[in-house]
Amino acid sequence: MPTSELPQTSAWRRILGEHYRIIMGNRLSAVGFVFIVLFLVVAIFAPWLAPHDPWEMLYDQEGEFASLRPPSWEFPMGTTHLGYDLFSQLILATRTTLLIGAISGGISILIGANIGLIAGYYGGKTDEVLMRFTDVLYGMPFLPFIIVLISLFGRELEFVILAIVLIIWRTSARVIRAQTISIKQRQFIAAARARGCSHLRIIYRHILPNVLPLLLLYAAFNIAWSIITEASASFLGFGDGETISWGGMLYELWLSGKTRVAWWWFTAPSLCIVLLVTSLVFVSRAYEEVANPRLRKR
Amino acid sequence: MTGERLLQVQDLTVRYQTQMGEIHAVSGVTFFVNKNEVFGIAGESGCGKSTLIRALMRLLPDNAKMSAQSIEYEGEELTRLSEAKFREKILWARMSLVPQSAMNSLNPVYRVGDQVVEAIRAPKNVTKSEAREPVTQLFDIVGLQPDLMKNFPHEFSGGMRQRAMIAMSLALDPGLVVMDEPTTGLDVLVQERILRRIREIRSQISSSIILITHDIAVIAEMSDRIAVMYGGQIMEQAPANDLFDTPCHPYTLGLKNAFPSIRNLQQKLISIPGSPPTLLGAPSSCPFLERCPFCVQQCSQRNPENITIQPLHEVRCVRHGEAPLLREKASEKETWRSLN
Repeated sequence: MPTSELPQTSAWRRILGEHYRIIMGNRLSAVGFVFIVLFLVVAIFAPWLAPHDPWEMLYDQEGEFASLRPPSWEFPMGTTHLGYDLFSQLILATRTTLLIGAISGGISILIGANIGLIAGYYGGKTDEVLMRFTDVLYGMPFLPFIIVLISLFGRELEFVILAIVLIIWRTSARVIRAQTISIKQRQFIAAARARGCSHLRIIYRHILPNVLPLLLLYAAFNIAWSIITEASASFLGFGDGETISWGGMLYELWLSGKTRVAWWWFTAPSLCIVLLVTSLVFVSRAYEEVANPRLRKR
Repeated sequence: MTGERLLQVQDLTVRYQTQMGEIHAVSGVTFFVNKNEVFGIAGESGCGKSTLIRALMRLLPDNAKMSAQSIEYEGEELTRLSEAKFREKILWARMSLVPQSAMNSLNPVYRVGDQVVEAIRAPKNVTKSEAREPVTQLFDIVGLQPDLMKNFPHEFSGGMRQRAMIAMSLALDPGLVVMDEPTTGLDVLVQERILRRIREIRSQISSSIILITHDIAVIAEMSDRIAVMYGGQIMEQAPANDLFDTPCHPYTLGLKNAFPSIRNLQQKLISIPGSPPTLLGAPSSCPFLERCPFCVQQCSQRNPENITIQPLHEVRCVRHGEAPLLREKASEKETWRSLN
């Protein structure tokens, strides 16, 4: 008699292994993944990696005020007009940006997924109410909506996150609703119902795992969009002045009026934004191929 | 044959509200199932078989209205139970279903074994490891290797998935298992294997089975008693032997003609002309009227009553008294052709 034991301990390892294969199976997403890990490490160890306080007016070895210095051994990424070290600013800003991305991306996918699942599964009036609400949000212009909210609430980090979350979930809700409607018509959902499974059990145990690839894809999109949105809002001066962020650095540059002179000042934060968002998109592409195999090259 | 009553359904009616009007998918259906019995329900597509069992298991869609004089199951009146109570106490634990197209009824993201485990655990609050032992037994009953438990549904063949669904339906040792078209969509060899398996299961468990199919051959082979449905009503019901030896309803006669007989291979098959009725509105005449070669004036005036012509043999036809004559005529091809 063969043993009937199912491998219990390996469940998590199996799932992680699957995701590892999805990401590493595609060269671009593998590169993206490496960069994301790099940014994560920088974000986690930021206070130890940054050589200077980001708001410390620096003097060079000769004792001269280090204003608007181009990159050199002493200041690897140059300095601002007030003598702040851009390398240290960039490192600490990584932390803010990733934090905002992860939190608003995470919360928005949580909201979007739940609204999509519930609207799609129950249909009828529930669907009508939730989706018309989503439609109203779709009518809002993206950045002005966030700017208005931030001016209403205040510029603290948590309000910036709140403003981003409040609008960014709309796309994931729509997409996940559509997928839920398609899944709920499959035979195994009717079979689960016939087995006496409750609606909640069907939604979260039977439908959710089937929309998971799509959900992860939109989680990555939401994170990328949150980062871009935060950078845009900060650049327009609607960021938290107390915490340093990539968009905020560009805003400072704009305020200083030295844009034409200090090329090093805008290159580094801009490149970081582009690099991180592109990496996220690359990784999400790998998940998109799982969700939609037709994208796969044969 | 006179076993203990397990299920007694009195006057069950299901109506669908549609834009075209009210569709009487099932009207006035009365039947019973004894303990340890296979009750077959036969009929063509759209005759109300699936609606009937969905009503029984309360799985009807929202636009359906169901009413019944009484549905008594194991001495308990089910019509008085609330939806929630029914799900909690009866559904799956005491009355389970092998759904139509059971092959697609497994969730593709979970291992088959885990899904059977879930079927045991959900209502019973047992731990995973406690549930695993009975699952091994269940797999054994339906003839699946226990090490297949860790496979995913896509790694199973159609017949294996079907057997896994049967295992799942037996998980809580229910008094009644309803099998909705258990062999449809499977090739003949697999069909045969599933049927043999169901027969073997019967000898191992004490559950009764309601077998629903459009395949007369399957139903003839498996059932103790048979009901023939047409247009949402049971036209004739009788013990299997009686039904095939002395059918009384013109529809049953027609059905019998339309299936090949193993004893008489030379015989040409005769099909019933026409198509099933639309079932709009309450039945005011015999639903088989338009396709029946034996219809008389009376048939169009009212819906015939259910008449018991022998113990356990009921028929819904005004000419039930002339059964031997109808039987003789029905075997002639000309009788059915004259309708067109």
